[in-house]
Amino acid sequence: MKKIVLFLLSGMLVLSLSACGNGQGGEGKTPQSNVTLNVYNWGEYIDDEDFRVNDQFTKETGIKVNYKNFTDNESMYAVLSSGAANYDVIFPSDYMVGKLIRENMLAKINFDNVPNFEYIDESLKNPAYDPQNEYSVPYTWGTVGIFYNTKYVDAADLEQGWDLLWDEDYAGKIFMFDNPRDAFGIALAKLGYSMNTENPDEWQAAYEELARQKPLLQQYVMDQVYDKMINEEGVIAPYYSGDGIIMMDPEEGNPDIAYFVPEEGTNLFVDAMCIPANAQHKTEAEMYINFLCRTDVAKANAEYIGYSTPQTEARAQLDPEIGQNPNFYPPEEVLENTEVFLTLPDETNALMDSLWMTLKK
Amino acid sequence: MKSRSAAAPFGIWMALFTIVPLAIVVWFAFTDQNGDFTLSNLSAIGEHAGAFGLSIALGAIATILCLVLAYPLAYSISRVSERAQQTMVMIIMLPMWMNFLLRTYAWMSILENNGFINQFLRLIGVLGEGQSLPLINTNGAVVLGMVYNFLPFMVLPLYSVMVKIDRRVIEAAQDLGSNGFQVLFRVIFPLSVPGILSGITMVFVPAVSTFVITKLLGGSKVMLIGDIIESSFIGHGANYHVGAALSLVLMILILICMAFTSLVDKGEDEGGMMA
Amino acid sequence: MKTLSKIYNALIFVFLYAPILVLIIFSFNDSRSRVVWNGFSLRWYETLFQDTELLDSLWLTLTVAVTATVISTLIGTAAAVGIHGMNGRLRKVFMTVNNIPMVNPEIVTGIALMLLFVFIYRATGILQPGFAALLLSHITFCIPYVVLQVMPKLRQTDKHLYEAAMDLGCHPWSAFAKVVMPEIMPGIVTGALMAFTMSLDDFVISLFTSGESAQTLSVTIYAMVKRRVTPEINALSTLMFGTVLILLILVNVLQIRGKPKQTAQ
Repeated sequence: MKKIVLFLLSGMLVLSLSACGNGQGGEGKTPQSNVTLNVYNWGEYIDDEDFRVNDQFTKETGIKVNYKNFTDNESMYAVLSSGAANYDVIFPSDYMVGKLIRENMLAKINFDNVPNFEYIDESLKNPAYDPQNEYSVPYTWGTVGIFYNTKYVDAADLEQGWDLLWDEDYAGKIFMFDNPRDAFGIALAKLGYSMNTENPDEWQAAYEELARQKPLLQQYVMDQVYDKMINEEGVIAPYYSGDGIIMMDPEEGNPDIAYFVPEEGTNLFVDAMCIPANAQHKTEAEMYINFLCRTDVAKANAEYIGYSTPQTEARAQLDPEIGQNPNFYPPEEVLENTEVFLTLPDETNALMDSLWMTLKK
Repeated sequence: MKSRSAAAPFGIWMALFTIVPLAIVVWFAFTDQNGDFTLSNLSAIGEHAGAFGLSIALGAIATILCLVLAYPLAYSISRVSERAQQTMVMIIMLPMWMNFLLRTYAWMSILENNGFINQFLRLIGVLGEGQSLPLINTNGAVVLGMVYNFLPFMVLPLYSVMVKIDRRVIEAAQDLGSNGFQVLFRVIFPLSVPGILSGITMVFVPAVSTFVITKLLGGSKVMLIGDIIESSFIGHGANYHVGAALSLVLMILILICMAFTSLVDKGEDEGGMMA
Repeated sequence: MKTLSKIYNALIFVFLYAPILVLIIFSFNDSRSRVVWNGFSLRWYETLFQDTELLDSLWLTLTVAVTATVISTLIGTAAAVGIHGMNGRLRKVFMTVNNIPMVNPEIVTGIALMLLFVFIYRATGILQPGFAALLLSHITFCIPYVVLQVMPKLRQTDKHLYEAAMDLGCHPWSAFAKVVMPEIMPGIVTGALMAFTMSLDDFVISLFTSGESAQTLSVTIYAMVKRRVTPEINALSTLMFGTVLILLILVNVLQIRGKPKQTAQ
C-alpha cells in the first residue's frame, strides 16, 4: 500500500519508457507456410551466425521455426511437465531422455522420415537410456573434464585428477558445477563410485566431499563459466569438453586455457533430439531432426557449437584441428573409462536434491 | 448508491486472479502429488529453516544499511529548494528505469577479482600484482546488491515525510534553545517515524524474498528462500507442493512483520499518504 | 555541514550510477569483455538491430504493457468509482483485496498465478502459461495502482456538483462524463502511467507466468545473465536509458516554461 508514496513521487518520471518502443520488433515475414515448429534447445546450441541453421531450414521447407532456449535439463523438464508449452522438438540429455520415456512424455520417432540417421556413429546408437533407439537421435556428445589456465596451474598438479578441484593451493580460484547431477557425478567419480549409484551411503560420502570443497570454491557456475574463465576470475573449472571451443578461442576466448580428462574416469554425455508426446507437428519435427543430421548442417553446427558431433560424415569433413582433436574426440582408452548418466530412481533423485539443498545452506 | 455496481468487474477479476490463486497456493501446500491431504510439505520447511534464517538476517542487515544510508540523504533533500528537490528525487528514481538484472550484473564487473575496484587498487599499489580483495561471491556482495536495488525504496518515503515537517516546528525548537542534535532526535526523528516504517517494509519485503542477487553476486553458494521457491517451480527438484508451502510461510512471515509495523504506525490512516 | 552533506549525497549518487556507467561504457567496447576495454565500436548496436530474439521480446513487452495498461485503467477506474460509493464495511473488504497484490512479495504473487494457470490448464486444456496468461497477470497487478490513484481524486470531487447536474436534467451517465470525469482525470492518467511502468519493469511475475513461450525483455535478460550476456544488451539498455533521460529533461523544460503562464492566469 505504501508503495504508492514512491509512485506518486514518480508520476512524472513514469511516462518516459513508452517512447523507447518505436522500433518495429519482429522479423520479416516469411509467408510460404503456415506451420510454425516450436523448438526448445540449450542456449548457444545451434549455428545462428554463419550458416544460420533455422533460417536455412525455413528457406528450404517454408516451415517457420519458433526457437527458444533453456538453461538446464531440469528447468526444461519443469516447463514440459507443467504443460506450460507445446514444443515439437526438444534437446534433453541422456538421463533426461530416459526419464521422459519412463513418464510417457516422448513420441516414438518415425525413422523413415529421418534417413540421415544412418550417418550417426554406431557406438552412440541404442544407448542405455533408449535401448531400442525409438525416441531419440543424438545431437551432440562430449565428456566432462577440467579446464585450467596454464599460466597459473602447475602441470604436475594435473596428476591429481579430480582431486585438483579440491586442491587448497588454488583455494578461491576453483569453480564447480551449479547443478546437482554433474556436481555429484564428479564427487562420486573421485571416490571411485558409479555415477549412477543407488546406494545412499555413497551419495552421503559424495555430499561430504562437496561440503569439504565448498570453502575452496569461488563460485558455483553453469554457463557463466565462459566469462569467468576467460577473464581469469578463476583458474580451474570442470565443464563440458565442447565448451573448450569458446573458452580457448584465440580472439574471443583465452588461449591459455587447456583441458584434460582425469584418469579416474568421467561422464560421457549425449544431448539428443526428441519429440514430446504432445507435439502438434510431428512430421515437421522429424523433418527438422533429419535436417540437423544432414552432413552440411551437422558440420556447421559442430563448428559453431564446438561439441562433438555424432554425425560421422560431418566429423570427417571437419578441420582436423577439431575433428582429430583428442579433447573433443577422445581416444578409445579414455572412452572406455566413461559412464553415461542413467535415469535415477525417484528416491535417489530426492536424496540428491535434498543433499544439494543442504550443501547450499 | 447505484455506482457501487461499477466495482463488479473489479470484484470478479480480483476474486479470480488474486483470491483464487492464493487459495490454490494453500491447497498445493497441504496436498501431495496425488491430491491427498498432507502436512509433509510444511514439515519439509524445517529442512529449509537455515535458508529462512539467512534470508531474514541478510534482509534485515540490508534494511538497516538502507535506513542508515538513506536517512541523511532524505533529510538533506528535504531541506533544499523545491526545484533542487525535484531534481534530486529524479536522480534517485532514474536508475530504477534500467532493468534491475542488468544493473546487478554490472556490479559483477565492479566487484570481481579482476574487476574495477581490484584493478584500481592494484594500479595505486595497495594490492600487489595478482592479489585481489575477495569482494564478489560473498554474503557481503549479496547485501550490497540488496542495498543497491532497494535504497530508493527507503529514500523516497523518508523524504516524503520529512518534506512535510513544518519548518516552523524546527525553528521553534531552535528558538527554545535546542542544538542540532536535539532538533534531530527530539523533533525530526519522531516526526519521521511513519516514513521510517514504510521504508522498512518497502525494503524488507523485496529483500527477504529476492532470488536473483545470490546467483549473480553471491556465487550461488547459498540459497535464500526466494531461490528455493524459484527452484521448486522452475529448476531442478521442481516440487510445486513444497514450493507452495514455502511461499505460504514466507507470506505469513511478511504479514506478521507488516502487522507489527502497522501496529507502531497506527497514526497513519488509509488516505493519509496518498493525498 | 553543508559541504559535508553535499559530499555525502554525491557519494550516494556515485553508488547509484556506477553500475549504469559501466553498462553504458561497455556497450561501446570492441569486444565481448565486461572488464577490459578494447577500443570504441558500435558493433553491438549493429548486432542488436539484427537480433530477432531480443527485438521480439522488446515488442512483446511493449504489447503486453500497452494492453495491460488500457484494460487495468478501465477496470481500475470503474472500481474506484464503485468503491467510492460503498459504505464502511464493504469498502474495507474491497480495499483489502486491492492491497493484496501490493503487499504480497512478488514471488508469491508470481507462483500463485502460475499455479492458477497450471491448474486451469490441467482441468480444461486452455490458458497454458504464455501470452494470455502473461497479459492476465499483468492486468491483475496493475489494477490496484489505478484504483489507488483514482480514489483520492474522487474524494476531492464535490458530490453536490454531480447531484446538481442531474437535477438540471442530466442523465447520470452524462453527468458523470461531464462533471466527474474531468475532475478525476489526473488520477486516471497517473494510474495508467504507473500501470504502464509496473508492467514494463516487471520481471518476477512474468518469469513465472510467461512459460518461456512468451518471453518479456526482462525474462530474456534473465536467461542471458545465466549464460553469457552479450554487450547487445548493454546497447539496448543504453538506448532505453537515453530515451528516459531525454524525455525527463523535456518534461522538466516544459514544466518550467509552463509554470509562469499558469501563475499569470
